[in-house]
Amino acid sequence: MTTVIHTVGQTRNTSGQVKSCSTSLAHVTSSQYLRDKSNLKSRKLTQQSAFALMWLAGSVAVAVLVAIVGYVVWLGAKVITPDFILQPPRGGMAGDGGISYTLLTTFYLVVLTVGIATPLGVAAATYLVEYAGAIRKHRRLWSRLIGIARLGVETLAGVPSIIFGLFGYALFVSALHFGFSLLSATLAGACLILPVIIRTTEEALRAVPNSYREGGLALGATKWQTIWGIVLPTAAPGIITSIVLSVGRVLGETAVFYVTLGGSYRMPTSIMSSGRTLALHVFYLATETHAFDKAMGTAAILVLAIILINLVINLLARRLNRMMKG
Amino acid sequence: MAYKSARLMDRGVKGILLAAAFLAVAIVFTIGLFILRQALPAFSQIGVFRLLSGTEWRPSQSIFGLLPMILGSLLVTLGAIVMGVPLALGCAILMAEIAPRSITAVIRPAVQLLGGIPSVVFGLFGMRVLVPLIRQIPVPSNTGFSILAASIVLAVMILPTITTVSEDAIRAVSGDYRDASLALGATKWQTIVGVVLPAARSGIVASVVLGIGRALGETMAMIMVIGNSVIIPQPLNDNPLTILLSQARTLTGNIAVEIGYSSGLQTNALYATGVVLFLLTILINSLAHALVKERAI
Repeated sequence: MTTVIHTVGQTRNTSGQVKSCSTSLAHVTSSQYLRDKSNLKSRKLTQQSAFALMWLAGSVAVAVLVAIVGYVVWLGAKVITPDFILQPPRGGMAGDGGISYTLLTTFYLVVLTVGIATPLGVAAATYLVEYAGAIRKHRRLWSRLIGIARLGVETLAGVPSIIFGLFGYALFVSALHFGFSLLSATLAGACLILPVIIRTTEEALRAVPNSYREGGLALGATKWQTIWGIVLPTAAPGIITSIVLSVGRVLGETAVFYVTLGGSYRMPTSIMSSGRTLALHVFYLATETHAFDKAMGTAAILVLAIILINLVINLLARRLNRMMKG
Repeated sequence: MAYKSARLMDRGVKGILLAAAFLAVAIVFTIGLFILRQALPAFSQIGVFRLLSGTEWRPSQSIFGLLPMILGSLLVTLGAIVMGVPLALGCAILMAEIAPRSITAVIRPAVQLLGGIPSVVFGLFGMRVLVPLIRQIPVPSNTGFSILAASIVLAVMILPTITTVSEDAIRAVSGDYRDASLALGATKWQTIVGVVLPAARSGIVASVVLGIGRALGETMAMIMVIGNSVIIPQPLNDNPLTILLSQARTLTGNIAVEIGYSSGLQTNALYATGVVLFLLTILINSLAHALVKERAI
């Protein structure tokens, strides 16, 4: 027992001391033993307090989530009634009315944005992974261009959303005279989620084992037949994940739509109508009216939608995992 | 015949996909160039240096200085980092090294969900809970809308980014390192501090850098809790810490609050704000990227 603890105390310094420690094993005195034992004790104590701090950090993180979601849903639940959901908002300082038009605008915007960005993003990712990856080395200029393209997508994924808003405002609202409208917001929103879709789809495609592709080609299928019939279906859960992620992003986004969608609470009648999404409605109610209860109600619906989306994503991820293993 | 049409299809599809990739990339670069073009008049008429170092922003008098907003953004980000990083790293270490799998299975989805919650919800929570709490601090002209409130909100918002990325980095450290350290008699905590964290260093730094990027880019939650006054943040009384109770405006907030009502040179100056923000985030993200790459090697 004594020797074991002794070596523990010595070898944790430098490797050079290992030798001296083994020669001194025979001369273990009781005082050394006591000192080493107390060292172990203090090290254990340090560990315990450090671990306690880590557990505290973990608990705080979970507590913060529970506090925020609990607070919003608890207060929001008081105003969520069928009337609140089915009545149109009436505007004004009191923030009267419900959120029916807001829900409708949100729905339009999500469908349009994701509808535009998905085909483009998935196609671009397919090219980048399936075709650009196979470009031969001697075509240096081309592969350098692909590198720049990747870097661009990568960069854009990290750019703050207000930059997309600024771009949308400059190009669609002002230069092209679309004004504050669903159209401007859709196009700006599509730009926002395009990098998300491209990156997630790329990842999903890369995760498909090469043997699948080789199998397809060996059976005499053309490259496209292999991609369409084998690679894309295999990567489908990942691609769907990217779509669901984008839906969440559009639902939660405020900055882009604040500067492109205008913020009218009225019913959107055409693609040129101004409007509000749920998130924007929360912002306007909280900053321009006294209707904090309605803001909470709207926020609660938003949070519940996000929770649902997260569940779906986790389900898909588990499915993808299982498939990759099986 | 079928083979021939399949071949034709193959080529056609390749062209379509290439076009899509080209369009997507073109959009990416258009965004950068378009904002830069709109900002150029501001840079040439006001001057880059005066724009960046000017201490006053008064669009009505055509005075455009971004220093208050730059300082606002930096202070808020700094506050968020000071509060958020220890919490986020603690969380990451707990999940990767300490907690049993059953606990991790609770914390990870919670952190993930925290990352998905819309920024307006954080802003609303900040407005209704944090701001009234901070208003209780007895300091003259303390409105509660403050750098402190904004920093707390941001600390929570950057937690998921930092936790997820650094947890990955910690998990990527080879198990051999841990075994070797434990075999030498180090405690688990000594192994974590002395071996695992240094080995995961670049990934952890990258996670913090990504968190900084996210903090600098946050817009709506900031508008809701920071007060948006265009002032250089200053302590409210003799205590220098009361600078945290000062109102401020962030770069992002400056764009969002004014763009809809702006005209002429003011609009250009706002695009210039965007360019500053754009360059700042590109710099930060490429730093994070380089760090992650270093780890991969």
